[in-house]
Amino acid sequence: MLLRHTPKEIKERSALTVNPAKTCQPVGAMYAALGVHKCLPHSHGSQGCCAYHRSALTRHYKEPVMAGTSSFTEGASVFGGQANLLEAINNIFTIYNPDVIAVHTTCLSETIGDDLTQITNKAKEEGKVPDGKYVIKANTPSYVGSHVTGFANMVKGIVDAFPVNTGHKTNTINIIPGYVEPSDMSEIKRIASEMGIKTIVFPDTSNVLNGPQTGKYDMYPSGGTKIPDLIKAGDSKATIALGPIASGPAAKALDTKCKVPCEILKLPIGIKATDEFVDRLRILGGVSVSEEIKTERGQAVDVITDMQQYFAGKKAALIGDPDQMVSLAGFLTDIGMKVRHVVTGTSGKKFEKRIREAAGEDVNVKEGGDYFYFHQLIKNEKVDLILGNSYSKYISRDEDIPLIRFGFPIYDRVGHQYNPCVGYRGAMRLLENILNALLDRQDRDALEEKFELVM
Amino acid sequence: MEKLKILEGRRGQVFEKGKDAFKLNCGVKSTSGAVSQRACVFCGSRVVLYPITDALHLVHGPIGCAAYTWDIRGSMSSGPVINRHSFSTDLREIDVIYGGAEKLYKAASQLIDKHKPEAAFIYSTCIVGLIGDDVEAVCKKLSEEKKIPVINVDSAGFKGTKKDGYKAACESIAKLVGTGDISMIAPYSINILGEFNLAGEAWIIKDYYTRMGVNVNAVITGDGRVADLKRAHGAALNVVQCAGSMTYLAEIMKKKYNIPFIRVSYFGLDDMTSALYDVAAFFEKNPEINERAGMVVKDEMDAIMPGLLRYRKALSGKKAALYVGGAFKAFSLIKALRVLGMDVVLAGSQTGNKEDYEDLKKICDDGAIIIDDANPQELSRYITEKKADVLIGGVKERPIAYKIGIGFCDHNHERKIPLAGYAGMLNFAGEVYSSVMSPVWKLVLRNDTFGQKRSRP
Repeated sequence: MLLRHTPKEIKERSALTVNPAKTCQPVGAMYAALGVHKCLPHSHGSQGCCAYHRSALTRHYKEPVMAGTSSFTEGASVFGGQANLLEAINNIFTIYNPDVIAVHTTCLSETIGDDLTQITNKAKEEGKVPDGKYVIKANTPSYVGSHVTGFANMVKGIVDAFPVNTGHKTNTINIIPGYVEPSDMSEIKRIASEMGIKTIVFPDTSNVLNGPQTGKYDMYPSGGTKIPDLIKAGDSKATIALGPIASGPAAKALDTKCKVPCEILKLPIGIKATDEFVDRLRILGGVSVSEEIKTERGQAVDVITDMQQYFAGKKAALIGDPDQMVSLAGFLTDIGMKVRHVVTGTSGKKFEKRIREAAGEDVNVKEGGDYFYFHQLIKNEKVDLILGNSYSKYISRDEDIPLIRFGFPIYDRVGHQYNPCVGYRGAMRLLENILNALLDRQDRDALEEKFELVM
Repeated sequence: MEKLKILEGRRGQVFEKGKDAFKLNCGVKSTSGAVSQRACVFCGSRVVLYPITDALHLVHGPIGCAAYTWDIRGSMSSGPVINRHSFSTDLREIDVIYGGAEKLYKAASQLIDKHKPEAAFIYSTCIVGLIGDDVEAVCKKLSEEKKIPVINVDSAGFKGTKKDGYKAACESIAKLVGTGDISMIAPYSINILGEFNLAGEAWIIKDYYTRMGVNVNAVITGDGRVADLKRAHGAALNVVQCAGSMTYLAEIMKKKYNIPFIRVSYFGLDDMTSALYDVAAFFEKNPEINERAGMVVKDEMDAIMPGLLRYRKALSGKKAALYVGGAFKAFSLIKALRVLGMDVVLAGSQTGNKEDYEDLKKICDDGAIIIDDANPQELSRYITEKKADVLIGGVKERPIAYKIGIGFCDHNHERKIPLAGYAGMLNFAGEVYSSVMSPVWKLVLRNDTFGQKRSRP
């Protein structure tokens, strides 16, 4: 009922976004910052932004999400937020004792022109930053990019702050896992460690935003990349950046800053993208791929083999973040499905090209689109499956199409925090979800005489 | 335990009854760098106006503010659902430089043509407040062209706190009040102010009043309709439930239309009952209303008491901690928890004022912590120290309780079952019961779980 107004006819809209397929930069920056051990994100702007970002992340991860705010008032908006930020830095180190404060701007502080570099330098000069503690920063105005670019900017902020090239190269490989779930970051670490490769993975939100129930509240959970590791990342022999939009800028910055060569790959979602990642690890690490990994791959492919008849020709519509959409579209195509519509809220020129490469020339692609447009595409050509965040459920219900929750935010299901989508195991989980959705649907719709045990 | 550090500027905002001299410092802005649970002006105006279901709500600003408030309110509609969409002008860098007024005009114009709403609310967010788009002029132009009220909700986040957002919302509603025809309104009519129909609560309350013979003219804003708001000045009495958000509107209506108001609460048996009798007392000229109120109370109490007593038996002696938005709700909750035989060991609010906290002090037991604008560290510390069995709060508090290993009950936007009224009291008891008594707490890792000693702070 909610979407009964959506017309089939598509008209150009330049001034209006209806049901956005993105959120703003600061929430991504906050998420990235939480992937540093003992880091308190700090939102430099009005306190509403901080409350919304914390709520959004809390709803998605079902975990406490901590962040400070500069609590801008009218005064700060007129005279600048320097005094607020200086006070905040002082207060935060005094009371919450983090190792790092990760400051990001909001549209407000950005527009009034607060200079984070100048303010954080001043904080240091005034002795507000204790020895061995750090203030890192990222510019994340909400009127540019989306949560994905905010994430990218803060990861670059991490690179700007920590890695040092001491001239002694190590045998370590840096991995920037991209804008993925804590479960994915942990799976990426596991794959590398399974292959016997020493890595520094950053940011790493595993055990921060999917931490165990311990019976006590920790403001700084045990996870997150530790500062000594972030510093050592400057001596690593290479960086693998997963997802060009979310991880590319940081990897390139690290190359420029510390001469750590980088390779920018697709997010390892699906068999081929994971193959690419594993193979890169193999080459860079000078190892061979372990039997365990080969077995995992074989199992995932086995499921596809066993079930390819159910995937064949099934149409899918995808909505979400660009790096994820590219790999996902490729994976679905590889298992024999037809990807018909792909929409991302984040703007980016190469998106269309990358999707067409992954899913074929005749797919409908839109960068900078919204849910309203996505719904219109589906109205024009119906699909068998939707993959998207929780907000896709309105379309799923309205059009009676099964939905697999994928991306951010997921407010109404659990599992995404704990079970990966990346790697062969992640592929297996996706396959299971897709099959369950398709087969449940087949069971539901089967005529009495065709309702059978073995499918 | 290591001593909990409290920010110098926050020392006056934490108080332990029976221990400290009471002069709670409240109503102050959050200290910069505090991890506050509070929100902004936009948030305040959005939560109040959101339940007006046949109006267009267009957020003028960058995408975030619209995205974060997209259908998270849980306020139900019996009809139109235009409010549940997320409409935004999605301002980009170029708009911030050259101004977004034209974009706003286009967007609003398209939306009004398409959805034919009864009114439109344009929320100006931080950035719009800063770049100075003449939203007022756009609204005026659109009102004339489209023949519906198009109202600028001045809600730049930095212009104050959530409370100022409530005020902005009240001012916007006040622009609609008084513009409708009131000739057909029944004499025993009330408006309910500050009831947002979360999980359908307004429907429960409306039913009680209807059974008393009192006509509910407008619920502001739960399951709200623009036409009802326009006619709101036709009621004889304003009944204010959420005092924090709606007292201001009640005051405006008193001044302008001479409509008196009373403050009530629909949470807990005592307060719910008073809310019915207080309205009956206002209509004393018709004693039947009072009589029928008595019947409503009796019928409803009879229906829930057996269930309630069963919960009480199980929950008696358990301890609760409260952290809510407005302090007024805390009183009702404390009373409701006492009905269940529970003690309140911590009571806090985001935006309580001096009087609220004075009253809280009176009603709390010795040893209870009273706290203003708390942060998660303080909350978790006191909850642990006071050995609470359940925390009652909102979305950001839920995982804190769960991490500590105690129950939680949402008394904010995310509740899925109504907690107001008599049926709501039973639901509340059921929620607290199922959370406190959940077998999961027995699974929390303890010293002896694996036969080994584990250090716990």
